[in-house]
Amino acid sequence: MKFLPLVWANLMRHKRRTVLTTASVALALFLFASLRSVVTTLRANGEVGSESRMIVQSAKAITFFLPRSYDERLLAVPGVQAVSWALWFNGVYRDPKDFFAQFAVDPESYLDVYAGDYSLPPDQRAAFVRERTACIVGKRLMDKFGWRLGQNITLRGTIFQGDWTLTIRGVYREVDPIFSEDALHFHYEMVYERYPRWVQPGWYVLKLENPSLAPQVASFVDSVFKNSSDPTKTGTERAFNASFVTMWGNVSFLMNSIGMAVVFAILLVAANSMMLSARERISEVGVLKTVGFGDWLLFRLVMVEAGAIALGGAVLGLGAAKALFRPTGFSAMGFLPGFDVTAGTLGLGFGIAVLLALASGLVPALNAARLNAVQALRHVE
Amino acid sequence: MALVTLRNLTKSFSRDSQPIVVFDGLNLEFAEGSFTALMGPSGSGKSTLLNLIAGLDRPTAGTVTVGDAEVSSMSLGELAAWRSRHVGFVFQSYNLLPVLTAYQNIELPLLLTRLSKVERAAHVRTALEVVGLTDRAEHYPRQLSGGQEQRVAIARAVVSDPTIILLDEPTGQLDAKSAAEVLALLQRLNREFKKTIIMVTHDPHAAAAAGTELHLDKGVLTA
Repeated sequence: MKFLPLVWANLMRHKRRTVLTTASVALALFLFASLRSVVTTLRANGEVGSESRMIVQSAKAITFFLPRSYDERLLAVPGVQAVSWALWFNGVYRDPKDFFAQFAVDPESYLDVYAGDYSLPPDQRAAFVRERTACIVGKRLMDKFGWRLGQNITLRGTIFQGDWTLTIRGVYREVDPIFSEDALHFHYEMVYERYPRWVQPGWYVLKLENPSLAPQVASFVDSVFKNSSDPTKTGTERAFNASFVTMWGNVSFLMNSIGMAVVFAILLVAANSMMLSARERISEVGVLKTVGFGDWLLFRLVMVEAGAIALGGAVLGLGAAKALFRPTGFSAMGFLPGFDVTAGTLGLGFGIAVLLALASGLVPALNAARLNAVQALRHVE
Repeated sequence: MALVTLRNLTKSFSRDSQPIVVFDGLNLEFAEGSFTALMGPSGSGKSTLLNLIAGLDRPTAGTVTVGDAEVSSMSLGELAAWRSRHVGFVFQSYNLLPVLTAYQNIELPLLLTRLSKVERAAHVRTALEVVGLTDRAEHYPRQLSGGQEQRVAIARAVVSDPTIILLDEPTGQLDAKSAAEVLALLQRLNREFKKTIIMVTHDPHAAAAAGTELHLDKGVLTA
């Protein structure tokens, strides 16, 4: 502790250099945390969903509809307890950058199939089910746009053309991330009424009596519709979500690569800064050795300086990432719901900061320790 | 009684593959409580002698003893610890750390001791009083005159109450008035505080302030 004023004075020798180096480290670790959080959020989103629910989608592609008539046939499959369906709406609220997920659903059956994954006051649920133009909205989405119960909002259809005015009748909280607070749900019938010859469910949701029945149910359902004009592809809800993650391609590799490249670039900046700082102080190291400072003590003092810059930058950068995303409800325009910097990412970031300190401080610290006092003093004179 | 004893001291090094012998079997003693001026032309080995006594450099052969300690046989770690307790070193160019205040510069040797913050503060205040700079404690070296900087350097050298004070041309960069002040301070340290002082100098006036003058030429005592 008694050496801290000396360390601090050396750090403040070139305030601008220290501030800029610390800011570089902070920015690098902020970017690292942000990029890695894309990967961890994608993975986390791929892991949500229940094993006791199955998704039946078109075998052709997710963008193809399935006949509405499949409803009763699916309910008749052994092991299936309940059936519901939904449709991806993709409307625009105000501006495309205000994107959020919108699902046209069969209200009663959908809320039943997902019972336990959300919380919604009974009176709000009843109002939503009763009113054809009603919708329910996640709490985070309500807060983001500053909406209130009873408010009318208008979506501009992109797949289903025209303006769609909905009345907010309920606000739900997510219990499980599968029922995300970043989404809006409204009546499937509303879309169907406007486009009766075209609109069909985008996918069906099956609730199983027992998760162990999933393989049998999947093969049975797909075999039933195999030779129809609309064959199906059935899998667990978790597998369905995971398939969206794979659609991002090798984004994990890309994000990790960019993140590590940024960190490596900053390592060079920090190392250069420490080397510069040490070179300027050769004579002072000689003076300290003359006074009686030992080699090991000088080594530690230089390492503490490097550590202060790296860890200071880490606290700023990782702290900013942690403070910025989750509290502001950032979700990359709805593509990454639940975006957050995990404890694992913070730990890894601090680990990188420690390595950064070691890598940038080691050579100057060793040089200071090995420096011959007489030669160092001659450096002045 | 001798405080510093040099026995058969040999120091040589090579420059551009040419061997240069600085000392060849030098024998010399410095009495406890003495104030000695070492004079001689450039390259005569004056500064090398100080470095050998302080343990900053090692002899090629022979021994350097300060008090009971044989400096020439200590390891690097032992030397650092020994220097912090027994040697006060003053340079021609002051060599204060520019990022530290006068107070913090003087406190440096005490950071290597087990003294508490309060005890360190008392020692620093005493040293500042001795050199007459109590009102400059919070000034940085750039805010001090050359003479004041050198007095701070002397305060740093004496603050841990070392066995011996070594000075390498302490008045070399000072004007006449400041040089006189520094020399008067050294005389006071010698007479009042019984400090053993060895001072390398080119300046005959500075040498005259010391009790003893020794002349070195090509590593050999000439007077």
